Amino acid sequence: MSEPHAAAGHRWNPAWRLIMAELLGGMWITLRYFFKAKATINYPYEKGPLGPRFKGEHALRRYPNGEERCIACKLCEAICPAYAITIEAEPREDGSRRTTRYDIDMTKCIYCGLCEEACPVDAIVEGPNFEFAAETREELMYNKEKLLANGDRWESEIAARLELDAPYR
Amino acid sequence: MDFIYNPVLDHVLLVAAETVAVLVPVLLLMAYATYFERKALGAFQLRLGPNRVGPFGLLQPFADAVKLLMKETIIPSGANRVLFLAAPAITFVLACMAWAVIPSFDGGAVADINVGILYLFAISSLGVYGVVIAGWASNSRYAFLGAMRSAAQMVSYEVSIGFVLVSVLLCAGSLNLNEIVRAQSHVWFFIPLFPMFIVFLISMLAETNRAPFDLPEGESELVAGFFVEYSAMAFALFYLGEYTNMIMMSALASILFLGGWQAPFGLTFIPGVVWLLLKICLFMFFYFWVRATFPRYRYDQLMRLGWKVFLPLSLLYLVLTAGFLEAFGLVPGAAT
Repeated sequence: MSEPHAAAGHRWNPAWRLIMAELLGGMWITLRYFFKAKATINYPYEKGPLGPRFKGEHALRRYPNGEERCIACKLCEAICPAYAITIEAEPREDGSRRTTRYDIDMTKCIYCGLCEEACPVDAIVEGPNFEFAAETREELMYNKEKLLANGDRWESEIAARLELDAPYR
Repeated sequence: MDFIYNPVLDHVLLVAAETVAVLVPVLLLMAYATYFERKALGAFQLRLGPNRVGPFGLLQPFADAVKLLMKETIIPSGANRVLFLAAPAITFVLACMAWAVIPSFDGGAVADINVGILYLFAISSLGVYGVVIAGWASNSRYAFLGAMRSAAQMVSYEVSIGFVLVSVLLCAGSLNLNEIVRAQSHVWFFIPLFPMFIVFLISMLAETNRAPFDLPEGESELVAGFFVEYSAMAFALFYLGEYTNMIMMSALASILFLGGWQAPFGLTFIPGVVWLLLKICLFMFFYFWVRATFPRYRYDQLMRLGWKVFLPLSLLYLVLTAGFLEAFGLVPGAAT
């Protein structure tokens, strides 16, 4: 008997092969899998768990008094490796520094989360939402209005996530 | 005025009605075979399978049919147009024709002819033509190679299927499918002819070009085999033909070895059609089960298995069967 077969021992015995023991064993395994619980979920109705650091759709947050957090420091714009963020800023009447334009090109974004890391005031965050597919390219060019609306929509989840993650930062 | 009582016309209408009564359930079964195959494969791979279209995805076959009907049939340049379009039709028509002799209850077949088995064998041999014509008319290397493989494979495995059929005929003493089923009223043939049953099970996979013998459509080397160039309804006809053939082979296996419409354990209050359907479903599940389990055979291994294992094995068992029947005076129909 040649070397590789010797290791398999009795499996290459003609009698063993005649009763197709190996084949039947394989079929037994697949039959067991047939009755096992499914590994996949019924997606739009069931969803898998998301960790608190999941990096999904962007949002601009506000303080509890309604004032937007962003101070137009442009650190996110500077760190963005995909050059997806465009910010223009000028002082407001009350003298505070605010953005007049905050655009994210979601088609360029690579969801690395560096903008979130760079932000000194936790203004730009990546939220838990990953279902923001659109039918046109233009819909994915987010402006400040859209990002603030996202922040308002997801604030409770975002705050809970930040709190969960805080001990590890 | 003799329009209504014209015996010839009556007969024609009756046969037409019978044909419809057989073909419509077969085509429905075939449509749902594709659905259950996807569901079963999903289950074997711990997936859910199709569940979007209709409740539990039950309308999926119709969605697929509509999609294929709406698509454009592309005829490749340099292809032989007539043969290219005739090939899928031949495959499908032959697959449907075989159903004429399948008995669904005692004495129930569109054509209860005395050479039923021979007819089935002839039809399944003709099936090679659809494949070869498709491969040749496509004017494509992949299609041609796929057709060559398919033809060689179908021809090789038909030989051992032939011997299996002969051994069943020896036990039943008739070529009529109804007689073969009646002969199994005491014991189903898969018990005395168990090795032949196994040979038939494996050969029927090869005969219908199913996994693990689906070399003609081996994606990794031949893209899709003999129907690479086909699209839309022409493609769908090949698929219909393939699944109708699978169901046909399942029906044949249940008739030859599992007693066709015979009820097991004396459960005769359930009609024979139901039993036949259950047995067909059993074999269809076997097809899907095997597909989910085994990797594709290599071409030379396939040929070796057909000619060097199954042929001697079935020949040997045929001789043993004949000898046993003769020695104990059990040959059916023989004057003792």
